Amino acid sequence: MSSTTTHRAATASRKIEQTGQQKSALAWLTVPALIFFVVFALAPLVGVLVLSFANWDGIGAIGAAGLENWSSVLSDPGLYNALGLTFLIMIVSWLVQTPISLLLGVFTAGTQRYRAALAVLYFLPLLLSSAAVAIAYKALLDPNFGLAVGLGLPFLAQDWLGVPQLALGLVIFVIAWQFVPFHTLIYQGGVRQIPKSLYEAAQIDGAGIIKQFFHITLPQLKYTIITSSTLMVVGSLTYFDLIFVLTGGGPGNSTRILALDMYLRGFRANLMGPASVIAVILVVIGLVLALFLQRLGGKDKQGSQLEGL
Amino acid sequence: MWFLSGEPNQTTIQKAVDAFGSSNPDNKIAVTYFQNDAYKTKIKTAIGAGQAPTIVYGWGGGTLKTYAEANQVEDLTSWFEANPDLKNKFFPASFGAATVNGKIYALPNQYVAPIVLFYNKELFEKAGVQPPKTWDDIMSLVKTFNDMGVAPFSLGGQSRWTSMMWLEYLLDRIGGADVFKAIFEGQPNAWMDPAVIETGTKIQELVSADGFIKGFSSITADSKADQALLFTGKAAMLLQGSWTYGPMKKEGQNFVQDGKLGFVTFPTIPGGKGDPKNGVGNPAQYMSISAKATDKEKETAKKFFKDGIMTETVIDAYINSGSVPIVNGIEDKLATSPDKDFLNFVYDLAKNAPNFQQSWDQALSPTAAEALLNNIDQLFLKSITPQQFAENMNATLGK
Repeated sequence: MSSTTTHRAATASRKIEQTGQQKSALAWLTVPALIFFVVFALAPLVGVLVLSFANWDGIGAIGAAGLENWSSVLSDPGLYNALGLTFLIMIVSWLVQTPISLLLGVFTAGTQRYRAALAVLYFLPLLLSSAAVAIAYKALLDPNFGLAVGLGLPFLAQDWLGVPQLALGLVIFVIAWQFVPFHTLIYQGGVRQIPKSLYEAAQIDGAGIIKQFFHITLPQLKYTIITSSTLMVVGSLTYFDLIFVLTGGGPGNSTRILALDMYLRGFRANLMGPASVIAVILVVIGLVLALFLQRLGGKDKQGSQLEGL
Repeated sequence: MWFLSGEPNQTTIQKAVDAFGSSNPDNKIAVTYFQNDAYKTKIKTAIGAGQAPTIVYGWGGGTLKTYAEANQVEDLTSWFEANPDLKNKFFPASFGAATVNGKIYALPNQYVAPIVLFYNKELFEKAGVQPPKTWDDIMSLVKTFNDMGVAPFSLGGQSRWTSMMWLEYLLDRIGGADVFKAIFEGQPNAWMDPAVIETGTKIQELVSADGFIKGFSSITADSKADQALLFTGKAAMLLQGSWTYGPMKKEGQNFVQDGKLGFVTFPTIPGGKGDPKNGVGNPAQYMSISAKATDKEKETAKKFFKDGIMTETVIDAYINSGSVPIVNGIEDKLATSPDKDFLNFVYDLAKNAPNFQQSWDQALSPTAAEALLNNIDQLFLKSITPQQFAENMNATLGK
């Protein structure tokens, strides 16, 4: 007994001696990540900020432009159209995806029959690349050679990608189709973390499945919802590949969201300056939204939801 | 070297490169293929990043001008002077879009590709009608075919440059070649010409009359769906580049071989100032040499330009696929080809055109071209008026 105590004391004192060293060693461990962050995140960010005050066609020499790019972009109705579309897609996507993935997550976390087989099916879209998804949908929805024509279903043979409102709705649908599995996975993990005892107690108190869902599952998933929403909202700022392949921003400008607008200005129209302005706007919006969502978590963020268990 | 994917040209160019490689084992050329729409972006980015391939393929005009002004491509003027045989081999008109400020920056090659009005002869016979000669013919054919349940015109509208071809011809027929010339030169208010507004009005008239196939704004030209609509009889007519003849022959299940593909020049507009013989399209395709390439690479490229790219085999391959190579003295070859009707039609169109306008999106600077394509898309959707179209474009003059 006494030998163990002295041993413990010795270990403890050694630990105290080591803390200083360990701290500096730990600091060194962050260096690789820090280098990556600086080279691939901060440096381009600064570069873009500088470019937003420059004239550059992507090929020739770079010249100073002062505030010209900013004033031209900020007075361009195209920017507000793109901004509006971006927020519209963001909000509608959140409204569509959250309930579906929440319910699917709760379902796949359960123990019903065939659950595993169904879960595999739900997760399939997660394995496909955005470009492949877009090309497949484009072929299926072709108004003249698509699936609806092949099966003889005239009500499905709409010009899905050629009518502005339909194209926008379809983009939101395909995004949901692609990303719901991912968020389902997040919710599945969240639901599995909820202690069984909570449900057992609720059952004893006579709460039904619906009551259990609203009074246990949902509150317990608070942080999962915030995480998933952050990913959805900030992620929706970068929806690009899918829309680019599916509609190219068209018809007209009806699906030209901010990220796509940036690309088209920069790489199609060779206007790197204005494109950089939009990139800066995107970064600012993304940061503000992420901060806001983190705040939603409340001040007791570090507090446990499992107090009293 | 980078080149466009898609048959039959991919095979032709690959054979040319292989042949050049086997006779010049020390100067082999590697080719990577890209889809048309993707390539246009890729090459610009690569050149800006200094990662361009040695041989830069393109369409000359405004894009070539940005490369030349940024010193990204080699000045070939003196090289052509040293090789007069090569220079005289090609149609003189093909050098126009290769020339920037009096200097030649690209080798014209491949074929001349005017935009022509293709039609499905079978459908025209069934309807008992003749191909259109005037705008009124077009409008009455639109009604005839819509009543038959066939789309009058196929159009790959999502690619946007396909819709642009309509404006190119309409503006030329209505206002003559000078209107776009003024735009090209950046003269003040050049886009505000009444002919531009009438062009836009005609376009929207045709859209409103259901002239174009349902869903045209989501059809892409890269997938060749616009051609498929014509040869499967879902659409009666298609305004497209003469380069679509080869693919339609190859993929159209004997549509071309059975003589069902008809072709005419673009109809006239009553009261229009333009010469009905005027053509629009690509006077040639172009290859430049990247200024960033090593001297050895540049030498190889020049050697390829001289001996490898427009050999007799390649010329024959183009003719066999239904294209007119931009080489002088090919009349005999064209006359004995199984596709002689089409080839002579294209040859005469290109040769006799008092003005052969290069495609607008290639002639203009990339900035103006992107604005143009975007506004054309909106014009076809009727989300802007012809007046707004003219105003929006007018703001891009000089950019």
